[in-house]
Amino acid sequence: MSILVVAEHDNKALNPATLKTLTAAQAMGDDIHVLVAGEGCADVAAEAAKAAGVAKVIHADNAAYGHHLAENLSALVLSIAKNYSHIVAPATTTGKNFMPRVAVLLDVAQISDIIAVESADTFRRPIYAGNAIATVQCAEAIKVITVRATAFDAVSAEGGSAEIETLDDVFASDKVSFVGEQVAASERPDLSAARVVISGGRGMQNGENFVLLEKVADKLGAAIGASRAAVDAGFVPNDMQVGQTGKIVAPELYIAVGISGAIQHLAGMKDSKVIVAINKDEEAPIFQVADYGLVADLFDALPELESALS
Amino acid sequence: MKILVAVKRVIDYNVKVRVKADQSDVDLSNVKMALNPFCEIAVEEAVRLKEKGVAEEVVVVSIGPKACQEQIRTALALGADRGIHVESDVAPDSLAVAKILNKIVAEEAPQLVILGKQSIDSDNNQTGQMLAALADMPQGTFASEVVVDGDKVQVTREVDGGLQTVELTLPAIVTTDLRLNEPRYASLPNIMKAKRKPLGVKTPDELGVSIDSKVSVLKVEAPAERSAGVKVADIAELVEKLKNEAKVL
Repeated sequence: MSILVVAEHDNKALNPATLKTLTAAQAMGDDIHVLVAGEGCADVAAEAAKAAGVAKVIHADNAAYGHHLAENLSALVLSIAKNYSHIVAPATTTGKNFMPRVAVLLDVAQISDIIAVESADTFRRPIYAGNAIATVQCAEAIKVITVRATAFDAVSAEGGSAEIETLDDVFASDKVSFVGEQVAASERPDLSAARVVISGGRGMQNGENFVLLEKVADKLGAAIGASRAAVDAGFVPNDMQVGQTGKIVAPELYIAVGISGAIQHLAGMKDSKVIVAINKDEEAPIFQVADYGLVADLFDALPELESALS
Repeated sequence: MKILVAVKRVIDYNVKVRVKADQSDVDLSNVKMALNPFCEIAVEEAVRLKEKGVAEEVVVVSIGPKACQEQIRTALALGADRGIHVESDVAPDSLAVAKILNKIVAEEAPQLVILGKQSIDSDNNQTGQMLAALADMPQGTFASEVVVDGDKVQVTREVDGGLQTVELTLPAIVTTDLRLNEPRYASLPNIMKAKRKPLGVKTPDELGVSIDSKVSVLKVEAPAERSAGVKVADIAELVEKLKNEAKVL
């Protein structure tokens, strides 16, 4: 049987999480198809066809799929689901939104947020904010799975030459409509995919002070994140939150500034390769997971770090 | 309108979980349990809609062992009107929970169902979406704002790129994100009053739902521990270590 990977994209380019999800899919089986559903997303379909190991791309292009509404996307996936042994998508907010609908309409359980593939039916996934790792076996005929992309390397974006098949079926619910969106425009790398992430917490005191992080981030080519405390306090928008219920990141270098280190925050970053903590409270729990800890006032340390990197 | 809120009894979010020595599960004996934080936000949102005059009745449902009546009482103390307990000593998976909730939805015919986006124990983030598909209602997941207007509800959703707003035709399903509201504390008089509010008990059998799962947990392990590293004296030493020791700069 074949494996269907539902691509994550913004109608212009493939999200890197898709290439990582393809690595997970390859550990489940061979014949991998990628569904690219969107509006005006032919470039994305072409990009997916070049990814290593992809046998076929299914391209569904319609206004109904432009904003990846769960009602429409799940109906589309469901219409081709019977051809597959596994249906896989990255555990992004889009994947989390539509995949459980696919599972329940197939009358199967879903396995969420896997971090390892042990075999075609056995997977590892974090539970309790990553404080325990469960190994689960799924006996469903069709396995519906979301993948924590940061736990997998990306397949090569080049080298493949999959055929592209067009799917014209349109599923458009009349019970839901897209009203609008506020998308944070940023020149910085995507938080979930950045090599370096620097995050600020309650210790930043206000949103204006995040400019101190931005200056360091500019030197490092880093993405900027935040703890839940900083987001709840209104310093920065929600899409910057790193943690159990925010974004999960695993960069080569994670710098936590003014973050105490609640378990919910650690759940979102403790798989980073190298962790640096800067905090004036030497008892802060963040130091227990940091490779390098600096007990210092961040308002002194950040400008110093910026000039040291110049 | 009537609002149905589904809530779950979970480990208190402040408790550090430990894995059992035999790796069968996490150890929940003698551990403080609480209302799942996202469910608490769901109850608060429903109660606020009632206070605004948008809703007339808030019904709370929970599935689990007898002890989860504590969490239903908590929700009643926060302002819900009536509780439904679907008693099951075995923890059903999200699929079975969605099927049970779908039966309750069919019986109660709510105009709005509010659930937490995920429970902080299994971290699945599935139930609301599954229920929406089963009940054939539109869904507004990960909500940070909910505005009911006539027979529609506008839901602003927290998504990876920022915020997205969708308009749903009622009846609809909403799942809550952290910033939807800040739940109140239950007052002592309300806690006392909650004890007298009606609470009905059902079983999955009575509702005609099987809770057998095709997913089995083979083992549960503690994650690889990170050990604390070294403290550096100043920024100069930090940058030197990152360059020469960790080689990440």
